[in-house]
Amino acid sequence: MHLRWIDYFIIAVYCVFVLGVGFMLKRSMRTSLDFFLSGRRIAAWVTGLAFISANLGALELMGMAASGAQYGMLTSHFYWVGAIPAMIFIGLFMMPFYYGSRARSVPEYLRLRFDEKTRGFNALTFAVMTVLASGINLYAMALVFRLMLGWSIHATILLSAVVVLVYTFLGGLTSSIYNEVLQFFLIVFGVMPLAYLSVAEAGGWQGLVARLPAGFTHTWENLGNQSANAMGVGWFSLVAGLGFVLSFGYWCTDFLVVQRAMAARDMVAAQKTPLIAALPKMFIPFLIIVPGMAAWAILPRANFLVNGTVDYNLALPLLLARYYPSGMLGVGITALLASFMSGMAGNVTAFNTVWTYDIYHAYIRPGAPDAHYLAMGRIATVGGVLISIATAYLALQFHNIMDYLQLIFSFVNAPLFATFLLGMFWKRATPNGAFFGLVGGTAAAAGHWLATQSRWMTYESQMAANFSRAIWAWSACFLLTILVSLVTQPRPEAELAGLVYGLTEKPSHAHLPWLRRPAALALLAAVLVLVLNWVYR
Amino acid sequence: MTESESQLDVRWPIGLLFAVLGFVVALYGLVAPPEAALPDGVRNLDLGWGFVMLLFGLLMIWGGWNAGRRRT
Repeated sequence: MHLRWIDYFIIAVYCVFVLGVGFMLKRSMRTSLDFFLSGRRIAAWVTGLAFISANLGALELMGMAASGAQYGMLTSHFYWVGAIPAMIFIGLFMMPFYYGSRARSVPEYLRLRFDEKTRGFNALTFAVMTVLASGINLYAMALVFRLMLGWSIHATILLSAVVVLVYTFLGGLTSSIYNEVLQFFLIVFGVMPLAYLSVAEAGGWQGLVARLPAGFTHTWENLGNQSANAMGVGWFSLVAGLGFVLSFGYWCTDFLVVQRAMAARDMVAAQKTPLIAALPKMFIPFLIIVPGMAAWAILPRANFLVNGTVDYNLALPLLLARYYPSGMLGVGITALLASFMSGMAGNVTAFNTVWTYDIYHAYIRPGAPDAHYLAMGRIATVGGVLISIATAYLALQFHNIMDYLQLIFSFVNAPLFATFLLGMFWKRATPNGAFFGLVGGTAAAAGHWLATQSRWMTYESQMAANFSRAIWAWSACFLLTILVSLVTQPRPEAELAGLVYGLTEKPSHAHLPWLRRPAALALLAAVLVLVLNWVYR
Repeated sequence: MTESESQLDVRWPIGLLFAVLGFVVALYGLVAPPEAALPDGVRNLDLGWGFVMLLFGLLMIWGGWNAGRRRT
C-alpha cells in the first residue's frame, strides 16, 4: 500500500484540525472542573458519541474486522450481547447515582459509598492499567502503520503522542470529547464504503452467505455446543461471562467511558449518554465485522499469510488496499489514525482525572487551591503521555505484555461490577465487605488463571477460559462482599442518601415529552437489539 | 456557563473538516479519476464519496451556524 501526496495532505489536514480544537478550547479551561469534567456542560448527543468513540480505538477496529474474518457474525455478540444491555442498564439505573452523587470519578463514588481504602485500591489499579493500556494502544498503532505503510515505529509513536498530548493538555476532557466525536464521524465515513464494496463484490448478503462456511452468518444457531462454533464458547458462558460480567464490568464501571457521561450538562443528558451511544453502537458490526467476513469470502487465503500462518488482522488493511484509490485511501488511513488517537486520548484524560482527584488530592496534597489542581491535571497529562510512550517501548521489547495487560484488566473489571451492583442496590453492603470482596474477587481471577495455566482446568478456547474467569471473579466478589457485610458494621442510612437505591429520590422525567425521556430511548435500543439478535440468529 | 454558551460548538470543527476533506477528495477524483471500476459499477469513489463528505460537512456547518443564530 503506497500513499501519495494527496493522502499525506489529508492526514495533515486532520492533525491541524484536532490541534486547532485544542487551541480553541484552551481559553474555556478556567477551573479543574472545566479541565477534568468539561464543567459538566456538554450536550447529550456529544457525550453519547464520545462514549462509544472512546472505546472505538483502532485495536477494536482492526480486531473486530479480524474476528469477523475468523468467527463471522458470532463476533456481533461483543456488541449485541456484550455492550448494549449494559449500556441500557447504566443509563437507566446507575447514572442517577454516579451523576446524582456529584462524584467526580468512579473511585470517588466508591469513597462516598464505602470508604477511603476501597477508593484507593480502585484508583491505583485503574490509573496503572489505564496508562499502560494507552501505551499498548500507541504500540499497536505504530506496528500497524509499519506493516501497512512502512512508517518508522519511533516516528509514529512520537508524532501521535505529541498530537494527543497537545490537544488534551490544552483543552482537557472537552478537547478529548470533541475530538472523539470528530473521530467517530471520520471512522464511519472512512470505513462505510469498504462495507458496501466488499459485500457488493461478494454478491450481496446472499452471495456472502454462500461463500462462507456454514453457520458463519449466524449468531445463536451454534451456541448449544461449545465445539460446534469457531469461538469454542457455549451460550451460558457467553451470556453470563461476556453479556453479564465482562460487559457490565466494563461499560458500567470503567471510568474511561463513565467520565463522558459525567461531563453531561444535567441528569437527563447523563442518563441519555449511554442510551444515545447504544443506537449507533449496535450497527457498528455492519461497518466492521461484515467487511471482515467479506474479506475472508472474496480474497485468496494467500493474502492473509504472514510467515506461513494466517493473520486475520490483515482483513481491514487488505480491503483498504483493494478498493481505495489515492484520496479515499488518505481518508481510510486517517480514520485508523483517528481511532488510535481517540483511544489514547480517552485513556490519558481518564488517567489525569483519577491521578489528580483520587491520588494526588486525596493522599499527596489535599486542600490546595483549585488552580493548583488544574496545573497538576496538565502535569499529569504530560506524565500520562510520557508513561504511555515508555509502555509502548516496553511492549516493543516484550510482545506478550499485551496479553498480560488484557489479563490484568479481566482481573480488575469483572469483580468491580459486583462491588458496584451491591453498593448501589443493597444498602447493607459495608465498606469492609466491599474492600475484601474486591480483593477476593481479584484473587479468584488470579487463581483461575493459574489453574488454567497449569492445565488443572481446561477450556475449548482461550475466549471460553476468559469468560469463565470473569464469572468466577464476579461470583467470588459478590459472595465475599455479602458474607463480610453481614458480619461488619454498615454505614448509617443518612450517609447513603443519593448513593444507594431505595435511599435516593428517583429522577423525575415527568416534565419531558414521553419520547424525550431516557426510558423511551432505552426501550428503542432494547427493541432494536432484540430484532438484530433475532434476524441474525 | 452551558455548552451552548461556550466558545466552540462542536459542529463547526466537524463541519469544516468534512467540508475541506470532501472538497479535496472530490476534486482529486475529478482531476485524477481512477482507471479501474470498483464492484457494483462504482466508477469514481473519490468523486462520489468526496461529494457525500462535503454535503455532510456543509450540513454540520449549517447546524452550528443555526444553533449560534438561535442563541443570539
